[in-house]
Amino acid sequence: MLAIILLALPFAIDDLFGRGWVRILDFALLYIMLALGLNIVVGYAGLLDLGYVAFFAVGAYCYALLGSPQFGIHLPFWIVLPLGALLACLFGVLLGAPTLRLRGDYLAIVTLGFGEIIRIFLNNLNAPINITNGPQGISMIDSIHLGGFSLGRTQEIFGIPFPAVHLHYYLFLIFTLLVIFASLRLQDSRIGRAWAAIREDEIAAAAMGINTRNIKLLAFAMGATFGGLAGGLFAGFQGFVSPESFGLTESIMILCMVVLGGMGNIGGVVLGGILLVVIPELTRHVAGTAQQAIFGKTLIDPESLRMLMFGLALILIMLWRPAGLWPSSQRRRELSAPDTPPHV
Amino acid sequence: MTTPALPLLKISGIEKHFGGLAALSDVSLHIQAGEIYGLIGPNGAGKTTLFNILTGLYQADGGNFIFDNIEYNGHNQPHHLAKAGIARTFQNIRLFANMSILENVMVGCHVHTHSGIWGALTRHKKARAEEQHIAQRATELLDYVGITRAPHKLAKNLSYGEQRRLEIARALATNPKLLALDEPAAGMNATETESLKSLLQTIRKNGVTVLLIEHDVKLVMGLCDRIAVLDYGKKIAEGVPSEVRNNPAVIAAYLGGEVTV
Repeated sequence: MLAIILLALPFAIDDLFGRGWVRILDFALLYIMLALGLNIVVGYAGLLDLGYVAFFAVGAYCYALLGSPQFGIHLPFWIVLPLGALLACLFGVLLGAPTLRLRGDYLAIVTLGFGEIIRIFLNNLNAPINITNGPQGISMIDSIHLGGFSLGRTQEIFGIPFPAVHLHYYLFLIFTLLVIFASLRLQDSRIGRAWAAIREDEIAAAAMGINTRNIKLLAFAMGATFGGLAGGLFAGFQGFVSPESFGLTESIMILCMVVLGGMGNIGGVVLGGILLVVIPELTRHVAGTAQQAIFGKTLIDPESLRMLMFGLALILIMLWRPAGLWPSSQRRRELSAPDTPPHV
Repeated sequence: MTTPALPLLKISGIEKHFGGLAALSDVSLHIQAGEIYGLIGPNGAGKTTLFNILTGLYQADGGNFIFDNIEYNGHNQPHHLAKAGIARTFQNIRLFANMSILENVMVGCHVHTHSGIWGALTRHKKARAEEQHIAQRATELLDYVGITRAPHKLAKNLSYGEQRRLEIARALATNPKLLALDEPAAGMNATETESLKSLLQTIRKNGVTVLLIEHDVKLVMGLCDRIAVLDYGKKIAEGVPSEVRNNPAVIAAYLGGEVTV
């Protein structure tokens, strides 16, 4: 049932709301992947990371540099994407290592700095040797090819035309499901328990024999890998990357998805990802038309009103559900667990 | 020819300073395998500091300790000592509050299991078997310490006495040779203390050496084979309970007053 809905979704949305919304849907999937990656660091291991978008950037630029006229390198998708994820993973360890002794606010500040460093590097690596093309970014990135099958243009499958955005939707959906699968399995494993233990009490975790350094680095590495994966897909989908896409606001946005959806709970994080992509788009549409309908003219610039409404929505959600829209299963289990112990 | 058995833990001349304060000065003691060894002393005597050194949370400024024939000094990682076989509980209970009761104990199994990312993602046969083994061991340990509540409840919802027991179960899950308990009876009523006492006796019978910090004098005197008394970071007495009880320096430390030793 869910599978049919997910398969038919782009066509339904295309018919009901137009092609633009399918594109928004694609972005929602990318953000879900990012949010799930950050959820490993923040939700599972309890390490507040404000520079997460750096790994998204690493994945995206890896794809862009190895699949564009920038250097004339055009490596195939299935090489570049894993390479980007691997590189992001490496950066995760690299940026994680100096922060191992930090927690809470201090960790947040340092990771924020790292996020900015990556962005500023990308912005300035156009001299003396032009690597990233600076603020102009890299354009004309190869579209995603699977073998000889291009996702960059409309393809006919069984006589049905699949536009490019639809094709990307299906690819992103597969990756999103993979990331969800990985998150679920990691959560309920020896490693997942070690992350949770560090989140709950690092000293007790260490005293119980958990190598906190390695386990934390593992969380950074796994989170970064998912970020790099999403980055590669983003570059291939968008065809253009520039440092502007990887600012602090993006990091905050991804963190909002995790917190608002329900930290540590995969369903909640997915929900948060969808909402935080859809709400700003909704308010974009509503901000202008509602004013027209009520006052007959546009009083406030729709673009600023849109962000105002978005902020208000966030505040309301957090007041109404401080643990997130869909809190972690642990808390739910706590409410419904029977009082008699099951026999094992 | 018989050689005297090496002590399980031999502490020699441990020093620890916090700024100008000497938390521990020249503390030496040894614990034989199979003992229940008590560590008592007034508040601030340095008992917990010694625990923190033994479990790698603090590094000693001087001296060393030999545990299970391996010498430790200077830079000890907590997880190495846990792996070597020293497990502990905490004076202010430090459970993983938002994890389930069962998971708390399962975390204790971490040190002797090996599944990594690959095992978690693929759940291959070995990883599944290990996971099953961990869950089974954790369930057994809950039973062993007498926690009968639903194992999927969150640890923070347990009563105070049960939380202390859960900490013991979690520590036992690391398969320790030495179990170091920091005031396990604090806040317990008489019945709970009595059942804790029999639990500790069972633990010792099953081959785990116990190092106990405790303020409940009745419990310590009735349970421990030998006792050391710390005061202001110095060991002022050591011996079997009856000796320690009548030691004038100990009485002075607890009740105040001048004694010439």
